[in-house]
Amino acid sequence: MTSVIRRRAPLRAALNPAWFALLPMALAAVVVYLGSFLWSLRISLTGSRSLPLHDYVGLAQYQRLFANDRWLHSLQNLAIYSPLYLAGCLALGFLLALLVDRQLRGGGALRAIFLYPYALSFIATGLIWQWLLNPELGIQQAVRAWGFPAFRFDWLVDQDHAIYAIVLATIWQGAGLVMAILLAGLRGIDPDILRAARVDGVPGWRVQTSIVIPMLGYAFATAALLLLTAAVKLYDAVVAMTQGGPGTASEVPAKFIMDHLFGRANLALASAGATVMAITVVALLAPLLYARGRAARVRA
Amino acid sequence: MAAVSIRDLRVHLGGQPVIDGLDLEVASGEFLVLLGPSGCGKSTLLHALAGLIDVAGGSVAFDGVDQTWASPRARNIGMVFQSYALYPTMTVAGNLSFGLRARGTARAEIAARVQRAASLLQLEPLLARKPAQLSGGQRQRVAIGRALVRDAGVYLLDEPLSNLDANLRAALRRELKLLHQRLGATMIYVTHDQIEALTLATRIAVLHQGRVQQLGTPGDVYARPANRFVAGFMGAPPMNFLEGRLAVSGGTPRFVAAGFELELRDYEFRAAAPVDGEPVVLGVRPEQLRIGAPGSWTSQVTLIEPMGNHQVVWFDCAGSGWSALSDSDAGPRVGARIALAVSSSPVSLFRADNGTRR
Repeated sequence: MTSVIRRRAPLRAALNPAWFALLPMALAAVVVYLGSFLWSLRISLTGSRSLPLHDYVGLAQYQRLFANDRWLHSLQNLAIYSPLYLAGCLALGFLLALLVDRQLRGGGALRAIFLYPYALSFIATGLIWQWLLNPELGIQQAVRAWGFPAFRFDWLVDQDHAIYAIVLATIWQGAGLVMAILLAGLRGIDPDILRAARVDGVPGWRVQTSIVIPMLGYAFATAALLLLTAAVKLYDAVVAMTQGGPGTASEVPAKFIMDHLFGRANLALASAGATVMAITVVALLAPLLYARGRAARVRA
Repeated sequence: MAAVSIRDLRVHLGGQPVIDGLDLEVASGEFLVLLGPSGCGKSTLLHALAGLIDVAGGSVAFDGVDQTWASPRARNIGMVFQSYALYPTMTVAGNLSFGLRARGTARAEIAARVQRAASLLQLEPLLARKPAQLSGGQRQRVAIGRALVRDAGVYLLDEPLSNLDANLRAALRRELKLLHQRLGATMIYVTHDQIEALTLATRIAVLHQGRVQQLGTPGDVYARPANRFVAGFMGAPPMNFLEGRLAVSGGTPRFVAAGFELELRDYEFRAAAPVDGEPVVLGVRPEQLRIGAPGSWTSQVTLIEPMGNHQVVWFDCAGSGWSALSDSDAGPRVGARIALAVSSSPVSLFRADNGTRR
C-alpha cells in the first residue's frame, strides 16, 4: 500500500496547481534568458558581422576581444567603477537611512526625496549632471565666480578622472534605493535592543558597527546584489554624460557591446563580449547567493 | 546595591502627563514591584529611572547622588526587557560581555564576571549559541545575565516574564526570587501580574494613572487595600463589593444593605469615627466567605468555575455578583441554595464617594 502511494507522489507533485501557475515564468526564464545566452554563445563562435552567420571560427572572436584596447580599457574601468559605486552607495545609503529613521516625522517626505533620483531615467538626469560637471557651465564655474579662481573640478573632461565623475553621479542615483532597503531593515530592529545597548553603556558608533550593521546583513546583501548587477549593466549614465570619452577614458563593457552590436555591425565580437560579461556576473554572484542561502539555513 | 529616591517625578509623553508628581523611596536591597494595569505609567517610570526618557520635572537619586539628568551609561544600572532585547547577531557569551567590552573592562575581569553570571543562571552550556537557537526561558535568563554582569547598583526589570508560557513563568519567577535572596541587590520590577507582585516583592507599589495608589508589603496591600482600585486590581477572583450604609447603634457598628447585614466588630476605621447612615462600599475577599456554615444568609449558585484544587462558586448577593471558594469534591452545584457567612478575618470598607479606605 505504502509503495503505491510512494510511486504516485511525484506525479501528484507535478500536478500541483502552484507549478502550473509558475509555468509561464519558468518558460520565460528558460527560453528568454537561457535561450538568449546560448544564442549569444553560439554567435560568438562564428564570424558574424551585421547578420548572424552559422559558420564556426572557434575562439577567434575571444582572442580578438582580449587584444582590443578599447575592451580592455572597458574592463579596467568597470573594475574601478564597481567597488567605488558599491561602497559609495552602501555608505551614503546607510547614512541617509539613519537620518530618515531618526527624523520619523519628516521621514516620509525625506524618503521620497532620496528615492526620487532612482525613479528618474538616467538619460534625463545624466544631462543635468553633464551640465553640473561641465567646467564651463557647472560647479567649477560657479565656485570660481564666488571668488576662488584657482578652483578646479573638471573630472568630466579629464582622461584620468572621467570615470570618477560617473561614479559620483550614479552614487547620487543609487543611494536612494539602498536607503529604502536599509530603512526597511532599520524599522524592523526592536527599539529595546538599542535601549539595552544604551543601558550597557555602548557608545553610539559602536552600536551601529557591532549591532545595527550586523543585524542589517540581509538588507545589505540584497542592496549589494542589486548594485552589483546595476554596475555591470552600466550604460545609460556613460552615454548621457561622456559618450565613453574623452577618447575611450570612460568606456564600459555594456557600451562596448552595444556599440559593436548596432553601431559597428560586429555581432560576433559583441556576443563574445556579452558572454564574457555573463560568465563574470555568474562567477561574482554565485558565492554571494551561496552565502545568503547558507545564512538562511543557519537562521532556520 | 543602592537606595533609590524618587521625588515629585513628572514625565510627559507626547505632551501628555504620564507620571504626575510621583514620590517613592526604595531601600537598598529591596525588591520593589511596580504593579498596575497597562497604560498606568509603570514602564514609563522604569524607563525614566534608567535615563532612557527625559523627565519633565522632579528628581531621581541613587544612594543620595542625583541622577535625574545622568546618561543611562552613568547610572550603573542593569536592565531586563520584556522582549529580551538580546543582540541577535552575537552569541550568548557575546551578549553577556558586549557591554563590558564596550566600556573597556579588563579581559580577565570580563571573563570572571561572565563566568559567574553564567553559573548563577545555568547558562554555561549555552554560551556559544545565538539567541535564535534558544528557547524563550533561556533567552530571558541570558537577558537577566546580561544585566547581572554589570554588577549594577540597581536592577530594573520590565515585565521580564510576560512573554513566557505559564509553567516557565512560574519556574523563572522562583529563580528570580532565589537570585534576589542570594545577591541581595536592589531590584525594581514592573509587572501587571499580581501573582508575580505578591510572590516576589518585599514591597508593592500599585500604580494607576501615573500615581502610587498604595505602597506596602504584599500582605498589607492584599489584606488592607487603600482604595477600591487596589482592592479590585489585587486578587483573583476579584474582591466582592456591595454598596450600603453604616449603622451605628448599641456600640458595634454594622454594615447594612438591602437584605444583608454584617457586624463590624474588629474593624479599624481610618481617620474619623463611623457616622450613622454614612454611605460605604463593603469589600469581601472570596476566601473570607464560608459556604455551608450556620450562616447569616443564603443565596443561589449561578456558576461554578473548577480550578483543579478548588472551585470558584458564583452567586447573587443583594444584586451584585459575588464569588466564594469551595473544595472541589464537596462543593455545591449550580442552582443549589447555599448558606453563607463572613469569616472572622477583617473585611474592607470604602467611602462611597471617592473609594478610599474607610
